[in-house]
Amino acid sequence: MGPDPELVDDCVHCGFCLPTCPTYVLWGEEMDSPRGRIHLMQQHVEGAPLTDAMVGHWDACLGCMACVTACPSGVRYDRLIQQTRAEVEAEHERPRSERALRRLIFSVFPYPRRLRVLAGPLRLAQRTGLDRAVRRTGLLDRVAPSLAAMERLAPRLTKPEPLPARAPAAGVRRATVGLLTGCVQGAFFPGVNAATVRVLQAEGCDVVIPPEQGCCGALSAHSGREAEAQGFARAVVDAFASAEVDYVVVNAAGCGSVMKEYAELLGPEAQAFQDKVRDIAELLDELGPVATRHPLEMSVAYHDACHLGHAQGVRVQPRRLLTAIPGLELREIAESELCCGSAGIYNLLNPEPARELGDRKAANIVATGADVLVTANPGCLMQVAAAIEGADHPMRLAHTVEVLDASIRGYRLD
Amino acid sequence: MTPGVEAVARRAREVVPADGVVDDPARLRTYECDGLAHYRVVPALVVIPEDADQLAAVVRACAEHRVPFVARGSGTGLSGGALPHAEGVLVVTSRMRAIRAVRRDDQRAVVEPGVINLDVTRAATPYGYYYAPDPSSQQICSIGGNVAENSGGAHCLKYGFTTNHVLAADFVTADGDRVRLGGGAPDSPGYDLLGAVVGSEGTLGIVTEVTVRLVRLPEEVRTLLVGFGSTDQAGAAVSAIIAAGVVPAAIEMMDELAIEAAEEAVHCGYPEGAGAVLVIELDGPAVEVEAEYAAVERLCRDNGAFEQRVATDPAERALIWKGRKSAFAAVGRISPDYIVQDGVIPRTALPQVLAAIAELSATSGVRVANVFHAGDGNLHPLVLFDEARPGEAEAAEEVSGAILDLCISHGGSITGEHGVGMDKAKFMPRMYDEADLDTMQLVRCAFDPQSIANPGKVFPTPRLCGEVPGRHKGAHPAQEAGLAEVF
Ligand SMILES: Cc1cc2nc3c(=O)[nH]c(=O)nc-3n(C[C@H](O)[C@H](O)[C@H](O)COP(=O)(O)OP(=O)(O)OC[C@H]3O[C@@H](n4cnc5c(N)ncnc54)[C@H](O)[C@@H]3O)c2cc1C
Ligand code: SF4
Ligand code: SF4
Repeated sequence: MGPDPELVDDCVHCGFCLPTCPTYVLWGEEMDSPRGRIHLMQQHVEGAPLTDAMVGHWDACLGCMACVTACPSGVRYDRLIQQTRAEVEAEHERPRSERALRRLIFSVFPYPRRLRVLAGPLRLAQRTGLDRAVRRTGLLDRVAPSLAAMERLAPRLTKPEPLPARAPAAGVRRATVGLLTGCVQGAFFPGVNAATVRVLQAEGCDVVIPPEQGCCGALSAHSGREAEAQGFARAVVDAFASAEVDYVVVNAAGCGSVMKEYAELLGPEAQAFQDKVRDIAELLDELGPVATRHPLEMSVAYHDACHLGHAQGVRVQPRRLLTAIPGLELREIAESELCCGSAGIYNLLNPEPARELGDRKAANIVATGADVLVTANPGCLMQVAAAIEGADHPMRLAHTVEVLDASIRGYRLD
Repeated sequence: MTPGVEAVARRAREVVPADGVVDDPARLRTYECDGLAHYRVVPALVVIPEDADQLAAVVRACAEHRVPFVARGSGTGLSGGALPHAEGVLVVTSRMRAIRAVRRDDQRAVVEPGVINLDVTRAATPYGYYYAPDPSSQQICSIGGNVAENSGGAHCLKYGFTTNHVLAADFVTADGDRVRLGGGAPDSPGYDLLGAVVGSEGTLGIVTEVTVRLVRLPEEVRTLLVGFGSTDQAGAAVSAIIAAGVVPAAIEMMDELAIEAAEEAVHCGYPEGAGAVLVIELDGPAVEVEAEYAAVERLCRDNGAFEQRVATDPAERALIWKGRKSAFAAVGRISPDYIVQDGVIPRTALPQVLAAIAELSATSGVRVANVFHAGDGNLHPLVLFDEARPGEAEAAEEVSGAILDLCISHGGSITGEHGVGMDKAKFMPRMYDEADLDTMQLVRCAFDPQSIANPGKVFPTPRLCGEVPGRHKGAHPAQEAGLAEVF
């Protein structure tokens, strides 16, 4: 297959996407810019064989989609990189060590149950049957410190309790909403899902949580593992099929962005499902508030997760929800369009640029002097947690919906 | 790779970090074109130096081995100025992007050539200043590229082009010598060599540091979006405004087709059913803006405006400008391929020239969208075509050339701000006679005796400096008169 020549042709080479591309900002070279990557795709479309050099520049792409936002010509870079990655997976032989690392990641991350084991990283090393080859990749050493920092910084509103299969609306029912619990969100931030359910209830929604839901397929789709992604996606659609919901709500940006493209992944029969998908902030904004907000006297720095801002265009809704809370002061983060380097599993595969971007983002966040960092993606929190913990004025980390939950219930956020 | 390029590559590897010397074929090809993507030449070598020392060493090696070199900033040029040389070195400044100083006391900023235009403004804004020249590509084009092209933008009507804002530059000549042009004083005695370098399109050497003037942020900015039934009405309004003695910071016009494209790309909400819109920006002290606003509002109404909107906050202003600034690239939404033309006419000739362009378009069947800096008569017709359909590219090429002829015949010029580069070299003889061109060539030879700095650009036929230019059998008239000497 490979990249669609017509989509490649849409690029007029104007360069407007360059300054928002994190790798161009870091390295200042054409081949690591969106324009350069599209040019490499064009070379391949015109018959140039895949080389390690080419593949390296595509691999270095974070898939943050800042270029899609920036492009005035409407170039579908999101489609292009996905098609290209599928081609690379199918046609290109990677070095052995890289294959092992990728295999490991894809055998753990998309599976909530296996991930929960990872959540206690030390336990994992002791207990599971991971062989030495896997340990040699250094993956655990890389993941463990950020996981630990994240766990320390995450707010503890309540003890994570198992989610019910159905939670009734408080007062008059305005909608019936299905909740995707997500892999990383579910495993590391059970508090976020619990808060999502409570806020939806308070805002008049019946919440349905199908117990047998797996990964949404985002990690696989964004890495060119199309067949695997389709399998996951189909299972999600099936899991919600009998639930009769008005909306399917997602609180992890990466999941939402791929679920809004299910029709492209699965075909037109998934369109009806896709049309129901909403990010939690999007839905709450659409419905409008009914529950009373209690004051929260604090300053909040809001970070646009790439897969929410760039990929879904959801920027004003979370800000509107936050500023509607009495006492809450919203602060903007400099270079807000620039990716934090987390980008799904990018930080695991490309630790160096990821760290550079993470530090840059953390510095901008800390510079706001805000009390709390709010964002809607678990990956972003994980990416900046360690750097923020080391700052002079450590901040709390929270998901948008946790702040809303605290305000509606009249709790403080700590 | 020629032995010369090989020698330069060896030297480059000694001074530039390894990933800054590119010779992998796939990587080289990503540099084969600039913003004018239908000219393509793969360079023999790409070097991305990190500072002026590295850059000068590479240029010196080029001079030593007589290897042609081409400077490149962000590669957004629209005349093929940064088109590489097949047996030459492309010297890219995208890693030289430090802002060395922003000085409030003397209103200057000192920047490396790869710094992005808009980043200068971003750095100066906290001090209450900004960098005035604002090409539509300001979010990505480099200051080095701006200097080389003498770039302008919407606000040049009131504030002038790049040349009015560059005070000094560090420069590496084609021989690899490092010189400083201009200086701290408002004017340096002797020849204005800095003036020669601004707009030289990389044919004299490479700029490695630029000192620019910063302008105080205006107290008040008011942006109007005005809808007219036709470009004639809009053009008449422009003339009326200027005749009334009002100098807006910017007056931009877009016609129906350009509006359609912008609307599709960025949903800027321009007045529905407009045959033309004007974007007019007034800035300065609040009382002055207030008075000018009243005049402009009335003059637009008198000339047939059916809708006028004033941006009251930065977000609305940004949206109005977004439509205009993304117009070029947005045309990609309504046509698979297009040529961005750039010509200048006296403002008074606007109605005749627009009518003539409309006629050209009607008779040839080639669609033309018009976007222009109406205040200073700088036209940017966008000539639309579909490469896939046989004959369309040639027809578009022809219409595009005919538009330039129109500009010349109305007393204008073949380029307002995008430069001559590769694309328009062939039009130079229509504007200048041989003696003019030969004189320019003599200037060039003074800086670049081996003709290795961006050869083949600007001038119609590549000439070597040793060659006696022109058809004259003897020496150049200026030489014969003892006024000049061939280096
Ligand atoms: C969508 C779009 C809109 C545009 N709008 C405008 C506009 O409104 N006004 C306008 O004036 N231009 C406009 N341009 C054209 C272009 O952006 C300008 O010419 C810009 O100055 C080029 O900068 P660059 O860094 O991309 O230079 P490049 O394209 O890389 O190079 C341009 C020329 O400068 C030379 N050069 C580059 N760096 C140096 C250096 N350090 N020393 C010496 N020579 C150097 C190159 O050799 C080449 O000849 C537009 C372009 C696009 C794609
Ligand atoms: S998705 Fe992000 S990293 Fe990839 S090319 Fe686009 S802007 Fe760059
Ligand atoms: S902004 Fe769009 S058209 Fe321009 S270079 Fe980037 S992808 Fe291509």
